[in-house]
Amino acid sequence: MAHEIIERNQGVDDLALIGLQTGGVPLADQFADALTQIDGSDLPVGSLDVAFYRDDIGLRPVLPEAVTDIPFDLTGRTVVLVDDVLFTGRTIRAALDALTDYGRPRAVQLAVMVDRGHRELPIRPDYVGKNLPTRRDEVVNVGPDGVDLGETVK
Amino acid sequence: MTRHLLSIDDLSLDDLDELFRLTDGFVEVGRRRIPKVPALKGRTVVSLFYEDSTRTRLSFETAAKRLTADTMTFSVSTSSVKKGESVRDTVETIEAMGIDAIVVRHASAGVPWQVAQWSSASVINGGDGWHGHPTQALLDSYTIRTHLGSLEGHHIAIVGDIKHSRVARSDVAAFTKLGARVTLVAPGTLLPPSLEGWPVEVSHDLDAVLDEVDVVYLLRMQQERMTEALVPSLEEYTVGYGLTRDRAARLGDHVLIMHPGPMNRGVEIAAEVTDLPNAVILEQVANGVPVRMAVLFWLLGVGPPAVDPEGGE
Repeated sequence: MAHEIIERNQGVDDLALIGLQTGGVPLADQFADALTQIDGSDLPVGSLDVAFYRDDIGLRPVLPEAVTDIPFDLTGRTVVLVDDVLFTGRTIRAALDALTDYGRPRAVQLAVMVDRGHRELPIRPDYVGKNLPTRRDEVVNVGPDGVDLGETVK
Repeated sequence: MTRHLLSIDDLSLDDLDELFRLTDGFVEVGRRRIPKVPALKGRTVVSLFYEDSTRTRLSFETAAKRLTADTMTFSVSTSSVKKGESVRDTVETIEAMGIDAIVVRHASAGVPWQVAQWSSASVINGGDGWHGHPTQALLDSYTIRTHLGSLEGHHIAIVGDIKHSRVARSDVAAFTKLGARVTLVAPGTLLPPSLEGWPVEVSHDLDAVLDEVDVVYLLRMQQERMTEALVPSLEEYTVGYGLTRDRAARLGDHVLIMHPGPMNRGVEIAAEVTDLPNAVILEQVANGVPVRMAVLFWLLGVGPPAVDPEGGE
């Protein structure tokens, strides 16, 4: 996936990675390491929590998992959003809204480890680790050792 | 169920932790290019102030606006209260317009509780008489926390007009709940008639206390609430209980100097003292906005716990 990112953007110049809290944050760090190894240059990495931008506020407990930290200017950069699992697309919708409050990126791309389907919004990833067809009530966890598929306990 | 914030006593330690964690998030929002999030879009917050206020009212309005809530301000001097409308009628009128939260300030203790019974909106106590001012206590605790890491085990002196101070009452509740040791320093005439049940120590000797505290919290001499001569003169009060330049010079660099404002410079605090690096009075004001954003979001934004089938999106 790291190679794909470099190929698509013809290098890592003006690239920035932003991991979504919480699952995307360690992945963004891993991508940054991989990109640096391949290309040799450092690139900025941030993290984003979208709790205050969600469209289901008031419907279920929404609390920030961790503080957002974007210590660089987004304007003019290509931002790669990184998350572990892409599901309904609502988190990404919220993340896109949040990004515009930080600056005006030249382009935004989306990298996810697992695309499990069931999209509710017109959002598609640019880089996918694995397409994993699921039932709606299944739970997908991405950990350092791989992907884990479980049943929801009801 | 509608949640309210009427008193520090209603909050558990977990609630306080959650509020401080939310505040951390909103402090970060405040540093952004656009310091505003859509979390409370479409919600309406009314400030219903029967008493004068600068920072509390503006701070709540800023907080609501940064959450994209709509705000309405009610000020007694330009309203039908002048025509004799009761608090209840006023609340019911505002309520009929469709609102989500009311911030109430009133000169009588207990009014926010009354309002909570008349209204289905979330009620926030913005100060009631001498009784309580919970959001001030939250922002004071948050400010101390950012400097000292936590309140646990730290010694805080609250100095001055305790008797008339709702800030002191809420601060004592919050500080002691968070594990701090509190000493009240005041002449007997400025202490409440009874301190039974207050988990505090009392001293009449500011100089003795200054050597062993981590925070000096000065209260305003509330001359508008004083109906009798409780101190011989303001000059004499300053000699005994004011944080003069000499007293401030004796404090260690780590000792925080705090004041809820508005200050009577030269009475409870010397003018130069407010410029010391360990005086965090403006920081208290600055923290008021994210703390009140946290309170509004906590009351209005966090929905009921529901079964969450969306594992790991």
